[in-house]
Amino acid sequence: MSPPFALRAEAIAKRYRLGARIDPNPTLRDSLVGMARRLSRFRGEAAPAPELWALDGVSFEIGAGEVVGIVGRNGAGKSTLLKILSRITEPTRGRIEVYGRVGSLLEVGTGFHPELSGRENIFLNGSILGMRRREIAARFEEIVDFAELEGFLDTPVKRYSSGMYVRLAFAVAAHLEPEILLIDEVLAVGDAAFQKKCLGKMSEIAQGGRTVLFVSHNTAAMQHLCRRGILLEGGRVVADGPMEGVLETYLRGLRVATPWDLTGWTDRQGAGRVRFTAVRFEDEAGTAVSQGVSGRPLTIALDYATAEGEAPLAERRWPNCRVSVAISDRLGQTLFNCSSELVIQDPIDLPATGTLRCHIPHLPLSQNQYLLTLFLEVNRQVEDWLLHAVELEVVDGDFYGTGRLYPDGWRGKGVLVPHRWMTP
Amino acid sequence: MRIQTEEESVSRPPDLVIEPTSGWRQPLALGDLWHYRELFYFLTWRDVKVRYKQTVLGAVWALLQPLGTMVLFAWIFGRVARLPSDGLPYPVFAFAGLIPWIFFSNALGSAGNSLVGSSHLITKVYFPRILIPASAVLAGLVDLGISLGGIGGLMAWYGIRPTWWLLMLPLLVGMTVLLALGVGLWLSALHVRFRDIRYLIPFLLQIWLFATPILYPRSVLPERYQWLSQLNPLSGLIEAYRVALLGGGAPLPFDWPGLGLSAVGTMLLLITAIYGFRRMERTFADLV
Repeated sequence: MSPPFALRAEAIAKRYRLGARIDPNPTLRDSLVGMARRLSRFRGEAAPAPELWALDGVSFEIGAGEVVGIVGRNGAGKSTLLKILSRITEPTRGRIEVYGRVGSLLEVGTGFHPELSGRENIFLNGSILGMRRREIAARFEEIVDFAELEGFLDTPVKRYSSGMYVRLAFAVAAHLEPEILLIDEVLAVGDAAFQKKCLGKMSEIAQGGRTVLFVSHNTAAMQHLCRRGILLEGGRVVADGPMEGVLETYLRGLRVATPWDLTGWTDRQGAGRVRFTAVRFEDEAGTAVSQGVSGRPLTIALDYATAEGEAPLAERRWPNCRVSVAISDRLGQTLFNCSSELVIQDPIDLPATGTLRCHIPHLPLSQNQYLLTLFLEVNRQVEDWLLHAVELEVVDGDFYGTGRLYPDGWRGKGVLVPHRWMTP
Repeated sequence: MRIQTEEESVSRPPDLVIEPTSGWRQPLALGDLWHYRELFYFLTWRDVKVRYKQTVLGAVWALLQPLGTMVLFAWIFGRVARLPSDGLPYPVFAFAGLIPWIFFSNALGSAGNSLVGSSHLITKVYFPRILIPASAVLAGLVDLGISLGGIGGLMAWYGIRPTWWLLMLPLLVGMTVLLALGVGLWLSALHVRFRDIRYLIPFLLQIWLFATPILYPRSVLPERYQWLSQLNPLSGLIEAYRVALLGGGAPLPFDWPGLGLSAVGTMLLLITAIYGFRRMERTFADLV
């Protein structure tokens, strides 16, 4: 008889010290200095290092044979949870009972050595993933078949193309047979055909009676594979139940926007008499949103205020202003610039405080994350300049009005441009 | 989402309980080590296999490394400085000490850097971390075997015959491995937290080489410093190697108390290293 539970987590919590994150490799000197400081202060009055609870009291029970998807935005604690379940890192508090053998796939190709041949790497990688030598040998043919690599088995993997490499890595991982499988973001690798094969293998695993925990951003795949979902937010479980409902809650959560508060932002240039204080994104109805949609209208609302002790010059207005928002990709490469100078003929005079709105009628960006640079000038003097200060998340939308989405492989590779083709 | 009732779940204890651990009272988790014995084999095998990939001379380096060092030191210390060598030809004398030394220093070097070099494994998959430095130490045994063959040739050249003391060799090699493991575990674990270790290791090895009677016999040390040399667990070991390998060639007494002291020092280092390592192990994935 199978055990009723595969996993039972009780109030697990994980704390990271932020100091350690910023400087993960303290040198001996730092440590000695720190120690001396602690000694010189009385009774541990040292200011505690800032800390972050990546997980904060997460409890759940997972039955044997259940396939569960864990969703949540970046930083919600999904990866930390998988790391704790797979024993890579310890929880700070709490307790987890595990019934059965656990295998984890947080990455494909873990431990591949470039100098070793494909055959050698199958054994090395398999054993790193927790397979017994006998098991690997028994499934060897199957793995090679799946990876479509016959004839290259004795070639060092450093000579493999990246496609071959990923295929081999996934093939080994897919033949892992623990009772409980933890999977992080490895669903789709390789070219389109192989991706389909991977997803097929995944649903085979999911339906094979094993307990599986998936973490992925691919909501379509999650919906297809998992019946139950757990939504994490800020290190806590905020929803747990049938996948569809959980995904709905998750996607709704993405739409609720909090304005980017810029008042505490220190990395800025300019005279600073007038400064941006907050940024919001709004849709066509003026409702705050947290992301843009390709092809839909997007309004970037910029709150600004005059610094304390400063007063606008003439008639309580800042004269001759120029404001711009530059949009760049995540590497900081500027894609385009929306500047008031380009679209407004007359010089603008601004009141002491207010909100500037930049309206983009059809957002020409494909699904990706982008960075905004904000710029404000008064009378040819730079007042506030925040380089790459704000992140804008864009999701796929019907930009071309044809119902066709920008293909996956092209995403983030540039700006969408309206165009037409005339054919003979 | 319960599939069966609470009561049934009580019937079977969990296979694994994940909880925070703290303090020095760590279980040694020997069962865990046994469970991962195959991975230990594969990691060691990988280190051996990869060692001389894409080198022209391959495993010949295992012989060239001590041989080159020996020729250099034989010239400097044997010819120029005219160090005594307990009545043995200086090249053989030095070579017999350099063989275990080179194994030891390579082992410390690779074990010391092993955890940081395997950060991609540590952050992605669980297994007892001790396997990483341990396999780095063991992988050097192949080289040690090859260079032991080399000294056979050198002894034949000088007409030195092996004696029954040679049977001590496996014991001595075992002790060297344990000593290298003890120091290697400390270095590798501290290296995860303090990247200073990378720069400290070559310096430590240089001091250790000259603080150990490898290139000189212990008899050249003044009487009142002899005890200091004995504190170094490698001293007794190196001298024992010399007797085991060259015993027939020179009137060398086998220094049992010296070897005993080495054994005690080795065990102390190893035990503290294992506990220290276990204690630091749980933060590796967060720090590496």
